Amino acid sequence: MVTNAVNHYCRSSIGRKHLVAITGLLLCGFLVGHVSGNFLLLVGPDAFNLYAHKLVSLGALLYVIEAGLTGIFLLHLYLAIRLNLENKKSAGKYQVKKWTGRGVTIMSASMPYTGLVLLVFIILHLKNLKFGSYYPTTVDGIQMRDLYRTTMEYFRSPLNVTWYVVAMIAAALHTSHGFASAFQSLGLNHPKYYKSVKYLSYLYGILVGGGFAFISVWAYMKGV
Amino acid sequence: MASTQNMTLNLKIWRQKNNSSEGKLVDYRVENVSPDMSFLEMIDVLNNQLVMKGEEPIAFDHDCREGICGMCSMMIDGKAHGGYKNTTTCQVHMRLYKDGDTIVIEPFRASAFPIVKDLAVDRSAIDKVMQAGGYVTANTGNAPDANAILIPKPIADEAMDAAACIGCGACVASCPNGSGMLFMGAKVSQLALLPQGAVESPKRALNMVHTHDTLGFGNCTNHAECEATCPKGISIEHIARMNREYLKAAFTYHEKKRSEGAG
Repeated sequence: MVTNAVNHYCRSSIGRKHLVAITGLLLCGFLVGHVSGNFLLLVGPDAFNLYAHKLVSLGALLYVIEAGLTGIFLLHLYLAIRLNLENKKSAGKYQVKKWTGRGVTIMSASMPYTGLVLLVFIILHLKNLKFGSYYPTTVDGIQMRDLYRTTMEYFRSPLNVTWYVVAMIAAALHTSHGFASAFQSLGLNHPKYYKSVKYLSYLYGILVGGGFAFISVWAYMKGV
Repeated sequence: MASTQNMTLNLKIWRQKNNSSEGKLVDYRVENVSPDMSFLEMIDVLNNQLVMKGEEPIAFDHDCREGICGMCSMMIDGKAHGGYKNTTTCQVHMRLYKDGDTIVIEPFRASAFPIVKDLAVDRSAIDKVMQAGGYVTANTGNAPDANAILIPKPIADEAMDAAACIGCGACVASCPNGSGMLFMGAKVSQLALLPQGAVESPKRALNMVHTHDTLGFGNCTNHAECEATCPKGISIEHIARMNREYLKAAFTYHEKKRSEGAG
């Protein structure tokens, strides 16, 4: 009967809502780690390359983490796409429809679009950087990948930087609705703290989206 | 600027013969609208004019006309009940409009609300969700003394806020997803807050959500447009409480099938 209950839960609107929320929050956590790591670019090539090398040296553990992250991402993506297709069918089709200004926001209304921008971005991002050009380097006598050079080279192109900044604006919009929304979905909405969660959500969007975008612009300005 | 003199208004009203026919917005001109009239009275005036001309009057739902029955469903200029804070259509007054204004009036739309005729829609999906658990069936014997069941005032107030739902369906009609979560959340939350309702809370949450999902309502994506248009000002905190109740119920509630008799 346990499988039946879980099956039922995972198919229900609220169960799926919880899953989107949990996977979304986990991805939010990943982004904090990612942007923190990126700030090592500001410190210098050695610091950044050592950090990247440390991650790669995790070996099998890294594959497990990457597989988990991919799983979380795909589940989030699948549920969100299904949600949007279902909601398109159930929503009323009006000749004239206006928002009151007290509910729907640009962030919430653009979730499917910012999500799709992020999907395209992530695919290109992995292709261009993670699986991008490989340069060897030696730091403290250890042979490793010069990911710093790959990154800085990528950001030499104004087109790449522009696309990156656009994608990060999408990320900021997506997460500033998604972060607070996840709390509401999980039932964590109380007058005592929900306002703070909402502010924290905006702050998250601005800091994380802004952080990534800032680094790309900094890299462009610095040149190689 | 609010009007103090009688107005002439241009209306664009959705006319649809029945559920299977095509509908369209039809232009009407209504004269001598007093600013003291309610929105529904203004439509009454128009209907009188139509009847006098031998035309079919506009079908629209209405009942108490004092903001408590939840019947007067319509989208006024793209907003449920006109989009005024805590106001049903019957409580919208014509003083909010001025001479020569054009007002678009459409029915509440959602796949869960099929159109019956013109502005009248079938909102029985809401009743079906209610029938799935929006009540208390626990046998408690004779009614105990009201003071015997202690409920803290803040809890009683919160339950009352949720109980204010009149089931009008504005939340569904204004939701970008056509979801019925605010309506359902209000009921699940109200009863979960009170000792009489808490007993059946897990079963109620499971049954109501399951019924909601099968009736063509959409999924909630936390836009909070429902909260903004609710004529009773019901907060999405009640949806959050329902989400908690559902989570708890999904993983803890199990109804044992008993074969023995009642004894």
